[in-house]
Amino acid sequence: MARAFTLKAVSFILGEEFWRGVVSIAAFLIFWQVGSRSQSWFGFAFPWVSQIPAPTAVLQELTVLVQDQSFWISALLSTLRVFEGFLAAMAIGIPLGLAMAVSRTFYGISFPVFEVLRPIPPLAWVPASIIFWPTQELSIAFVTFLGAFFTIVINVIGGAQSIDVRFFQAARSMGSSTWDIFRRIILPATLPSIVVGATVGVGITWAVVVAAEMISGGGSAGSVGGAAGGGLGFFIWNSYVGGSYTQIVAGMISIGIAGYISSAVLRKIGKWITPWLSES
Amino acid sequence: MTEVSPVRVTNNNVPLALTDDTVRNVSPLTLAIHRFSLWLKSPRPYLMLIGFALFIGFWYLSVEVWKLPRFSEMPGPTEVVREWFSRDPTYGLSVFTPEYYLHIWVSTRRIAIAFFLATIIGVPLGLFLGWSIRFKQYVFPVFELLRPVPPLAWVPLAIVMFKGSETPIIFLTFLASFFATALNTMLGVESIDVSYIRAANCLGASRWQVFRHVIVPGAMPFIFTGLQISVGVAWFSLVAGEMVSGQYGLGYVINTSYTMVRYPTIVIGMITLGIVGYVTSAAVRLVGDYLMQWRIRELALGGDR
Amino acid sequence: MSVQSAPTRSHAPAPAPTARKGGVRIVDVVKRYGANDVGILAVDHCTFEVPPGEITVVVGPSGCGKTTLLNAIAGFHSLSSGSIYLDDEMLCGPRRLKAQPGPDRIVVFQNGALFPWKTNIENVTFGPIMQGRLSRAEAYDKARSMMADAGLRGIENNYPGEISSGVRRRVEIVRALMNDPKILLLDEPYRALDSLTKSVMHEALLEIFYKNRVTIFFITHDLEEAIFLGHRVVIMTTRPCRPKKILDIDIPHPRDYSVLTTRRFREFMDETAAAVHEEAIKAFTAGEKER
Repeated sequence: MARAFTLKAVSFILGEEFWRGVVSIAAFLIFWQVGSRSQSWFGFAFPWVSQIPAPTAVLQELTVLVQDQSFWISALLSTLRVFEGFLAAMAIGIPLGLAMAVSRTFYGISFPVFEVLRPIPPLAWVPASIIFWPTQELSIAFVTFLGAFFTIVINVIGGAQSIDVRFFQAARSMGSSTWDIFRRIILPATLPSIVVGATVGVGITWAVVVAAEMISGGGSAGSVGGAAGGGLGFFIWNSYVGGSYTQIVAGMISIGIAGYISSAVLRKIGKWITPWLSES
Repeated sequence: MTEVSPVRVTNNNVPLALTDDTVRNVSPLTLAIHRFSLWLKSPRPYLMLIGFALFIGFWYLSVEVWKLPRFSEMPGPTEVVREWFSRDPTYGLSVFTPEYYLHIWVSTRRIAIAFFLATIIGVPLGLFLGWSIRFKQYVFPVFELLRPVPPLAWVPLAIVMFKGSETPIIFLTFLASFFATALNTMLGVESIDVSYIRAANCLGASRWQVFRHVIVPGAMPFIFTGLQISVGVAWFSLVAGEMVSGQYGLGYVINTSYTMVRYPTIVIGMITLGIVGYVTSAAVRLVGDYLMQWRIRELALGGDR
Repeated sequence: MSVQSAPTRSHAPAPAPTARKGGVRIVDVVKRYGANDVGILAVDHCTFEVPPGEITVVVGPSGCGKTTLLNAIAGFHSLSSGSIYLDDEMLCGPRRLKAQPGPDRIVVFQNGALFPWKTNIENVTFGPIMQGRLSRAEAYDKARSMMADAGLRGIENNYPGEISSGVRRRVEIVRALMNDPKILLLDEPYRALDSLTKSVMHEALLEIFYKNRVTIFFITHDLEEAIFLGHRVVIMTTRPCRPKKILDIDIPHPRDYSVLTTRRFREFMDETAAAVHEEAIKAFTAGEKER
């Protein structure tokens, strides 16, 4: 198996796809570098790119940051917030979604309210959340929860509703109880949709966490409780306020990487719990 | 010249094939009215009312009657409704004040511009990403590199890059919308059954003709799902952007209402956001339904396989 | 204006056109999927002929590689080695391993490939209009008359999603015939239909054949269907496929469903059933899956 994997990896690296990707990323970086130095190199500035710090400067900044402990603490803080909100969304969203899919009455009562609340962007809840929850951490967590919650519920409902009715018929004819059917048919069959909802939801969660950190840390939404701020979003906002543009970009890249890693991890976990899907 | 024909009927009393006459008579409007009347006769509207009653009831009771610990700080529904519909609102915003509509207009305008740009750039890009493997190999890596950066993380950079206060916000909204649109369009193209493309090739269509007659219509359902998601994401980014910087707009309203301790207005802002967001999403869906009549009919007739 | 009416019974078969075309020669074709050592051998030195102006049916167990052959003729897949000729012109061979898809060899697909976003008549006129061979008006006229001939009058302006799958197949065949193809390639087109609809479809197909005399290359796993329709039946082994047995069915045309109970038909079934069953068991034990 390892041999097959290395064979695959080597042939991928030697293949066209890999090199074309490399070429384009290189072209992108070159364009960025030239654009940001355009003022000093050419004497005139490219419209927007010239304001951005150059990749080389950003790289330097990144190497400095990686060695800075408080940076990693910020990163950890953001990740924890994402984790909390996301887990809460899953813990409440999955059962709720399943309940809505299974019981028509419950669906009829709760879904319209759900649909009315859904278009309200999570960030619009920030002030209400701050008023309601006693601590700032909780209010950020609540907003984060909201972000992922709606996506997960929608995906769960969709997944549960598309289960082939014949699975139920087969189970009943073999004498399954309702609980059995729930545990052995509905739950596993909905897992793929849960995974999709989770992967998308985690991206949204990151976006909300960053936004919430920026708003409560640096925006005008009120109290900044010193250490209660923090996190990567706050870091970026602070860098902006402090005029350090390279840090802004470095922060953005860090968040991008963090977001990408969380999605990738979730996808891996998803594949692990739904082994039957990888046959195709 | 009419020939009498026995029209075969399925169990659901739906004819297996519509003749020319019935086609002319079943307009989209008729179909919609028919489905609405079916809905009215089902238990669904009443369950819906129960749901809302429970929700608003709980809100009312917890805030204004029982005054539960955390809830008592919040504005209750009667307060909000009174403020929202008063001719002389305490905090300056109600359905009777022009500022209310100004804010709605500003936000909607930003969404419209950003969404429009995101669509006319994102859809063609997505189509090419799905259609040409080469193009995808060149462009997709850069695309995927930029996509994970959350919209709001772009705010400081956007402020630095663009002059003025409108452009950064629109740029932000555009970005979020763009990624969603392009990605979904690409997935739409990739999900087209290869048999359609092969059939078109057999029938002598050139590459461009296949693109125009098979790829674009075939990807439409996915494109419109993507567009609905894209509108939602646009509102998400817009509100975030407005809360952080800028004047006017619903996000701004919510933010300042908080800092100026005008709590009922916060809720007014939130509700308005919900309504406007829903309307824009529904508008996109309706346009999609209109453009894809073939799908509506297929679904309405139960799609006999 | 009935869509479900049985196709009108004709008349004696039309006199054969002077130049019969569409003959296909498959010569020593090998197709292997995947990299050289790890690949799956789908077709193993397969050689046989499809005579022009006749219906040739290829029968074999699921997954045996018969669709691969059809795809090679159509130009969707390349060969690993060997060659295929259409009317003595090389479609694909040693120097060009993949044929170019074209309107001289049109495929009718297993699950149907009528474009759902176009109306039936837009589908039917697609070929000639795209190729620029007919103007819109001419194409529509021809389409209307061909559809009427096939008993499909009245559904021109419907979408494929609004009609039953049996009717969809017929529209797809008309769409193909609009282009005067040399050969029609049918990839288990009736697989998804119930057997009652199937028998009507068979007669409809024969009707169309008698009117047009286009060469037909038909793939199926249903032996009865094969013997009923074909002038010639090629029985394939399980994967990798090669012809196991080739039969010339001498039941006279025009045929109708009464043929199914004749003694000659039963004799053919006897002759072939053992061979087919043997291959089916091999496929079953090898755990063949439908791809």
